[in-house]
Amino acid sequence: MNIHEYQAKQLFDEFQVASPKGKVAETAEQARQAALEIGQNLVIKAQIHAGGRGKGTFKSGFQGGVHLCSSPEDVEAKARQMLGQVLVTHQTGPEGKLVSKVMVAESVEIARELYFAIVMDRATERPVIMASTAGGMDIEEVAHHTPEKILREPVHPLLGFQPYQGRKLAAFLGLTGSQAAAAAKLFTNLYNLFIAKDCSLVEVNPLVVTTGGDVLALDAKFNFDDNALYRQKQVAAMRDVTEEDPREVAASEYSLNYIGLDGNIACLVNGAGLAMATMDIIKFYGGEPANFLDVGGGASKEQVTAAFKIILGDPNVKGILINIFGGIMDCNVIAEGVIAAVKEVGLSLPLVVRLEGNNVAMGKQTLAASGLNLVSADNLADAASKIVKAIAA
Amino acid sequence: MAILVDENTKVLIQGITGSYGGRHAKLSLDYGTQVTAGVTPGKGGQLFEGRVPIFDTVSQAVRETGATVSTIFVPPPFAGDAILEAADAGCELVVCITEGIPVVDMMRVKAALNDYPNCRLIGPNCPGLVTPGRGENSHGGCRIGIAPGYIHRRGGVGIVSRSGTLTYEAVWQITNLGMGQSTCVGIGGDPINGTSHLDVLKLFNEDPETEAIIMIGEIGGTREEEAAAWAKDHCKKPIAGFIAGATAPPGRRMGHAGAIISGGQGTAAAKKEALREAGILVAETPAEIGATLVKAMNK
Repeated sequence: MNIHEYQAKQLFDEFQVASPKGKVAETAEQARQAALEIGQNLVIKAQIHAGGRGKGTFKSGFQGGVHLCSSPEDVEAKARQMLGQVLVTHQTGPEGKLVSKVMVAESVEIARELYFAIVMDRATERPVIMASTAGGMDIEEVAHHTPEKILREPVHPLLGFQPYQGRKLAAFLGLTGSQAAAAAKLFTNLYNLFIAKDCSLVEVNPLVVTTGGDVLALDAKFNFDDNALYRQKQVAAMRDVTEEDPREVAASEYSLNYIGLDGNIACLVNGAGLAMATMDIIKFYGGEPANFLDVGGGASKEQVTAAFKIILGDPNVKGILINIFGGIMDCNVIAEGVIAAVKEVGLSLPLVVRLEGNNVAMGKQTLAASGLNLVSADNLADAASKIVKAIAA
Repeated sequence: MAILVDENTKVLIQGITGSYGGRHAKLSLDYGTQVTAGVTPGKGGQLFEGRVPIFDTVSQAVRETGATVSTIFVPPPFAGDAILEAADAGCELVVCITEGIPVVDMMRVKAALNDYPNCRLIGPNCPGLVTPGRGENSHGGCRIGIAPGYIHRRGGVGIVSRSGTLTYEAVWQITNLGMGQSTCVGIGGDPINGTSHLDVLKLFNEDPETEAIIMIGEIGGTREEEAAAWAKDHCKKPIAGFIAGATAPPGRRMGHAGAIISGGQGTAAAKKEALREAGILVAETPAEIGATLVKAMNK
């Protein structure tokens, strides 16, 4: 799950992570008010999840999703150009993203740009801090070409972030005196935020030293642990479904694991590993998967029906492969679910069904007796080659 | 002999009175597994299915029944606590089926388990493990977790996997080829888990009954690479591998919390390459896992 820049700013304020003043606005008038409160050196930024906003273009023709402004009136005028308009950047795709909020912030004069991130590292099974003097750059490039510019500092899982680590990181970044102290405080507060909100990544890029000597988190990328959202109500409420693939939003309402892809063969599978492997075997036989879809171990008829609707709602889909290994689940129940779904939703595309496992003979018989126009497959390879042939025909 | 568990293993189940835990406890009993105790705080003194005593704490269950293995079917907010309770009670093996435990909780639990060097954790977010029995439909074996028992048959193939249904797929192929399994271990799909591919490979390597090994991995992390690097110089037995997720887009979690390519790390291509480099035959598709193992055994 991703959040907007203004939401990251709210989290920074809550945990006293030093950052430039900023306020969110939904109307041009609110933007002007925000500018009056912030004072001098204003910047306005369109709030969408995609990067590349500054170089983006609105469909209205207005250039740029980030602007320095000379006055509150200027902020208001720019807000009018952005709000309710669609911004296209290199990350949004040609359809762009509707801008419904802007952030008005204090623009700071930057003396130094640094990099600071905390990531939950699966190899060492603890949070690892990465700090670099090469701020504002792609950190993977830095790691590749100049690894000596990055300090990796693991944090003990039970002790948490220690004061000496704050001093060590500040010194590595070349900070001294009151700047070092301010940085160490910022790092401690950011670590507290990382743990308290169940983050899997907080990336501050850049962390800046201003010409006035302040150490500030200028922009941040957050990732959260989905498993923890049950106890992170505030974070869960920050989800903006208008930024997500509508198919994925619909799937999440039925607790289905769905990820949209660009191909034309939809698949419906039980189990995440088997679902991935099913996509792979479609590709192996020369097809392109349209999605990842795991209906889980105990899918209900309602879930199967919802899954069918989502699959058929994708205009790219030219054929469907159902692959179920019903270990404990009764294959006949799955067969009945598929029939009910097809009857409710209707079906004009080729459908290949591979059923295996518990009560499979009965399940196959139920499918055969249904009169539906579907192709039965004996195994996974057979299923994949049949659906690829069916859509090529 | 198989690994970790056999037909004599005494198993307790934490969360036996929940609908999911209860359903699978009954399936394990039907399979012939020695489920000797259940644990649900506040329900001590009751009986499950009229025959399995329920205790308030894991310590009581261990003391009264001699169970050495715990299976956890406790909801995510309480699962970390349940793992630590089992370790503290002296369980040698703790198998956590629960899916959806926050990673910060698992990080802390894993660190705390260092105080219990004789306790092994498998999972979380795993299907458990099966050592098939010698009876009809593999009856009489040790089934811990949620795998379908009847697809197994006792034999010499050890299977280790991060995915439930892909394990079943491999088991079924082996059974249909007329072979059988020594033990099948699902290590789980979470980014931080108890037992790794490498841990299980080492156990299979030392197990006299295991003649060949299937290792199933998926995108995310680098544990498969680590296991392959060890196997290259140390594993005496033929291995067939499969890696799921060649078509998965980077940066997306593919169902399992741990199945994500991040920062260019954990791709299927890199894992397959590491396996091949170690001399492991890699199945091109999930349909060929069994056939690939036969090829590896005849090499």
